[in-house]
Amino acid sequence: MDFTFTDDERAFQDAISRFLMTEAAPEALREIWETDAGRSPDLRNKMAEQGLTALSIPEEAGGLGMGDVVWSLMTQELGYYGIPDSLADTAYVAAGLIAALPDSVGDRNGWLEQIAEGSIRIAVGHPINPLVADAHMADLVLLNHQNEIHAVPRSLIDVEHNPSIDSSRRLCRVMWEPSSATRIADAETGVPIWNQALNRGALAVAGQMLGLAQRMLDLSVDYVAQRKQFGKPIGSFQAVKQHLADVAGKIEFAKPVLYRAAYSLQHGHADAALYVSQAHIACAEAAHLAARHGIQVHGAMGYTWEVDLQMFMKRTWALEASWGDRGFHKARISDVIFADDAPLGPDQTFGRS
Amino acid sequence: MDLNYTPRQQAFRQEVRAWLKDNLPAQKLASYDSREGFEQHREWERKLFEARLSMVMWPEELGGRGCDLIEWLIFEEEYYGADAPMRVNQNGQLLLGPTLMEFGTEAQKQRFLPRMAASDDMWAQAWSEPNAGSDMAAISSKAIRDGDHYVINGQKTWSTRAIYADWAFGLFRSDVDSKRHHGLSFLMVPLDAEGVTIRPIKALNGKEAFAEIFFDNVRVPVENRIGEEGSGWHVAMATAGFERGLLLRSPARFQQPVRKLIELYKAHQTTADRDPSIRDAVMDVWAGAEAYALSAYQSVGRLARGEKIGAESSINKVIWSEMDLKIHETAMRILGARGELMPGAPQNTDDHGWLEGFLFAQAGPIYAGANEIQRNIIAERMLGLPKA
Repeated sequence: MDFTFTDDERAFQDAISRFLMTEAAPEALREIWETDAGRSPDLRNKMAEQGLTALSIPEEAGGLGMGDVVWSLMTQELGYYGIPDSLADTAYVAAGLIAALPDSVGDRNGWLEQIAEGSIRIAVGHPINPLVADAHMADLVLLNHQNEIHAVPRSLIDVEHNPSIDSSRRLCRVMWEPSSATRIADAETGVPIWNQALNRGALAVAGQMLGLAQRMLDLSVDYVAQRKQFGKPIGSFQAVKQHLADVAGKIEFAKPVLYRAAYSLQHGHADAALYVSQAHIACAEAAHLAARHGIQVHGAMGYTWEVDLQMFMKRTWALEASWGDRGFHKARISDVIFADDAPLGPDQTFGRS
Repeated sequence: MDLNYTPRQQAFRQEVRAWLKDNLPAQKLASYDSREGFEQHREWERKLFEARLSMVMWPEELGGRGCDLIEWLIFEEEYYGADAPMRVNQNGQLLLGPTLMEFGTEAQKQRFLPRMAASDDMWAQAWSEPNAGSDMAAISSKAIRDGDHYVINGQKTWSTRAIYADWAFGLFRSDVDSKRHHGLSFLMVPLDAEGVTIRPIKALNGKEAFAEIFFDNVRVPVENRIGEEGSGWHVAMATAGFERGLLLRSPARFQQPVRKLIELYKAHQTTADRDPSIRDAVMDVWAGAEAYALSAYQSVGRLARGEKIGAESSINKVIWSEMDLKIHETAMRILGARGELMPGAPQNTDDHGWLEGFLFAQAGPIYAGANEIQRNIIAERMLGLPKA
């Protein structure tokens, strides 16, 4: 029993953090917003050079063979730096989905290799999400038709752009025609694969929200330490302190929930879906509170376009209903914990294997 | 990361489970906030001690098993999972015990620790005073050196179960001219000493759950002091760390009532669901208790890796105390109009004791450092915000 990360894992997280701190400063992100595609090929290439697209690709396909636990660290960094790129959709969710396909899918290994080397963008059209993120510039879109899995090249889809309050989001309605040529898995094969994709997508959102929460807390702490009223930093006032202490508490207690979910998903535990939904809610609550208390302690500055807090608040508000809204995840928790065989009580902390 | 228990850990779990199954009292003990219940709980503690289960983390020579924190978590999971009696001597065992181990002389350890593990001595705390609550450095009770004794005068209050206890420990001002954290000494005082008067305070539950202690020229030998004269604040704070906070409120203590709350909700679902927020509240405390348990496992792992854990203990305090409130508030809402019935009421169907727990939960955000103080600590020590 050891619920901690190895030194290597923590060094990996630090390295990603240092890399993104340099490459994705808020000013740079604002410039990317203004571009038509809303994406920076340069940033994406640099992330690929760092090996980030290869994280969970099997080693035989040129990847690093890492699992959900490492992604729970990686996605926190993507959230912390507000990365305007659905890297996790390609490199985590799509990679997992493709790796789970049967060998009979001829393109499977080729796709995995392309993900690892960073030469392909894959969007995932899971029915839980009404729109498909980043379909407009995907090389390939994985789509669901009556639980079948279809792999549709960009040339065979039309997209309708739907701007989001989060300027870094690029959401598309995808119009396409399923055909035997695009189908790569039948419904029977598809159902468990789509379910796993949902869990990964939800976990990726949870990790990003936790990172967003930490970023908003850090921005708020910096602000209240330098902003003075009544002759003192406003951060010395208890009402302000207690707002931020509550955010710190939410973050601290969401972390291990995220990590249990990641571990149980990686090890195929029976209660993985329960724990993923718990993580989605816990991390969303942390981020939501960080946004609410963050804007409160920023005063009117928090309501401006200029101050960076808005970038992370809006991303929070966009992501918290992504890969399953609160109702969806509450329902999944409810289905398990009120069942007769629920894993409840003090000796069930790590659930059923 | 490896979330599997080792065979040794599993065997320990089975041993504890089997022992509890064979040895639990047939009848629920009376409340330990009464004289009768206090003594029943002392008997139970002795039984635990004989099985070397009263202080599993203490070394074998002190009657423990030298367990690590993971094994301690397992013990707690089994203990609370079996609905075993509340631990009546925790203030001594968990708060004073570690202080003695770190700062006590060999003679003090030999004299006090084995009797504490066996609950031959029951301990009460003597920190708060009428004018020193959250502001503990305002302590004014004096312990003035007179040869090889201290002479104590003053008043302590909110001392849990002091009218039943054998000993008290706390901070006293040994330097009359000192201010705040300076000039305090950490003393252990026998409660049957001449000049000690204990006046019970009826708590919210109507029981004499805590007390005021008056000291009128009480003479305590110098060998009852822990640490140097005047260094009491340091001694008290050095062991007020994370581990002690965690030990005092193990996650199992909340996971078990959450399990029962879910049973209660299911048994009353038709009426409970008329208020849709009840189901959500049940789910919320389930999530909270799980998160608290996971956080404990994570912290225990970090401690085992040699990391220091600081102000997170203040987060823990806030989280468990507010969660405990919500658990019991939700139970009361489910019980509805029967919730107010006292344990002996003929029409009372609550065999868990939700009302008693609800009352006690009101104290959680107040004792062991009020939650407002904890939030200030989080803001100042974790987030680095300036002091007022």
